[in-house]
Amino acid sequence: MRSSILQTASQYLLPILLLFSVFLLLRGHYYPGGGFVGGLVASIAFVLHSFANGTENTLKIVRYKPLSLIPIGLLIASLSMFMPVLLGLPVMTGLWFEEPIPVIGMIGSALFFDLGVYLVVIGVVLTILFTISQNTH
Amino acid sequence: MIDNLIINTVLIHLFTAITQLIFWRKTVTQRILSVAGCFFGLVSAIRLFYKVYNQGILTMNAANWDAPFGIVFVADLFSSTLVLLTAIAGISVSIFSATGIGRARMLYGYFPIFHFLMMGLNGAFLTGDIFNLYVWFEVIIISSFVLMTLGGRKAQLEGAVKYMAMNILASTFFLTGIGILYGLTGSLNMASLALEVPKISNQALINITAMFFLIGFGIKSAVFPLYFWLPSSYHTPPSAVAATFGGLLTKVGIYALFRVFTLIFTPDEFMKGTFIVLAVMTILTGAFGALIKDNIRRLFSYLIVCHIGFMIGGLGLYTTLAITGAIFYLIHDIMVKTNLFLIAGLIRQLRGSMHMGKLGGIYAAYPKISLLIAVVIFSLVGIPPLSGFWPKIYLFNASFASQQWFYVAAILIGSIVTLYVIAKFWAQVFWKDACDDEIIVDNFQNLSKFKKGLLVVPILLMASVSVYIGLNAEVIIQVSTRISNELMEKTPYIQAVLGT
Repeated sequence: MRSSILQTASQYLLPILLLFSVFLLLRGHYYPGGGFVGGLVASIAFVLHSFANGTENTLKIVRYKPLSLIPIGLLIASLSMFMPVLLGLPVMTGLWFEEPIPVIGMIGSALFFDLGVYLVVIGVVLTILFTISQNTH
Repeated sequence: MIDNLIINTVLIHLFTAITQLIFWRKTVTQRILSVAGCFFGLVSAIRLFYKVYNQGILTMNAANWDAPFGIVFVADLFSSTLVLLTAIAGISVSIFSATGIGRARMLYGYFPIFHFLMMGLNGAFLTGDIFNLYVWFEVIIISSFVLMTLGGRKAQLEGAVKYMAMNILASTFFLTGIGILYGLTGSLNMASLALEVPKISNQALINITAMFFLIGFGIKSAVFPLYFWLPSSYHTPPSAVAATFGGLLTKVGIYALFRVFTLIFTPDEFMKGTFIVLAVMTILTGAFGALIKDNIRRLFSYLIVCHIGFMIGGLGLYTTLAITGAIFYLIHDIMVKTNLFLIAGLIRQLRGSMHMGKLGGIYAAYPKISLLIAVVIFSLVGIPPLSGFWPKIYLFNASFASQQWFYVAAILIGSIVTLYVIAKFWAQVFWKDACDDEIIVDNFQNLSKFKKGLLVVPILLMASVSVYIGLNAEVIIQVSTRISNELMEKTPYIQAVLGT
């Protein structure tokens, strides 16, 4: 069933939800939020779009297979974990840039870990949901 | 002493798995990466063992948070020995998998999951934080669920349901125990728990908490009466998977029992008695189960249960001598049990069946392979001077000293039944003529020499480790004595972790 209300709404909601997910991701170090929640919100944005327009159309927007996000996310997270080893510090030690960056604030290795989690969550959720929805049609 | 070497084996398997995910559906690349990853894992495990053997306990505070607050990784001799054995078993299974696992399973991510499992095993052996141990257990069981169901045959799913139900129950018990312990002491670090737990005035509550850990780890290591999930699930996945499970997964439970009941809880008389009763019953039920099984892998599954009892009993006696014997048995058992399941896989390749009634004549067709297998099963039975013989002497000595006659009798019965079952296995599978009415499916003959090598070399590798353990028992006894001294005398461990 195609509903034009839902279709129109999802057109506007998709970018807003994606922006919101990035906001949650960046906020996560000191406040509620972070990679996991951000990833869930971002994947909900795509799921909503697929409800309105069908899974095929959503896959066209995403362009890449959601499955390929999983290794990329894992790699980013693991590298941010591994970085301190190269400097002779224990694994997972937080490394921070000296100067804060405008808008985002302080950047450290924890942000990249969160970014990795964000990508993995999007990849996993979209892979599962799209596989199920493609099999039912 | 802070050292990143500890975490290397974990990181190597993590990065191997991620790289393999990048090469999704490229099965040849994945096979090469898997063997390479396991090789580097082995090198780094040897380095870790060497360093720990010479320099004593190493620790690493993850994320540079100090010990009782952050998560600490500790490599004492016990941990690093098990990491080394895991690495040897891992590389053997990885080589065997290159031909022993069907391409369809590889396409759905067999190798990445296998490496996540290896990562979980290494992490569980190395962590010094009880909640982190729980997390590693979760990594292990989630990976093992996937490995067990991969392929989706009906028998596999049936086995997996039993496996999963019991293991989730075990995790719940374990987690409840951790919760109570944290409520009582306010700490999750094992070294600081070791200091805090004796100070609690309500020791009855501590004993009940200990029971939660006993049940949780007991289910995972297949101790009587909660072992039945093991024989009904381990014969369903492919043999390479069953080898990892049979050799390593139950042994993580044993490792956790030894760690928790030497470091955190000190068993009182009642607890020791419980361990002995559990050990005797585990040995007997495992042995009698093995007597009536016709399927090779079911038979081996019951033997796993039977021999778990030997180690639990060693813990129950709770003397340095008994724990030395139990640790030696653990070292021997990891190598032999992993190898047995690989052998079951090889027999399936040779004859296309796993039922002893249908098999036969392998000795006539493949004398060299049969001799290799004979060495392994002689080690299992414990024909002197092979590896199963020495730990039993220690266990006998210790149980005579503590006058635990039931346990002595159980070890005797367990050993004799093992001998009988293995003799039957040898006679039926290797010496008997194959039935005329059965069609023999020999996949092995048509394989290229390289692929044949990939199937036989891992068995040869682990058999030679078993022979080494048997013939160089002196070295292994030295290592196990040191381990049991470290386990019984916990101050150096606490000092290394907390730095006081």
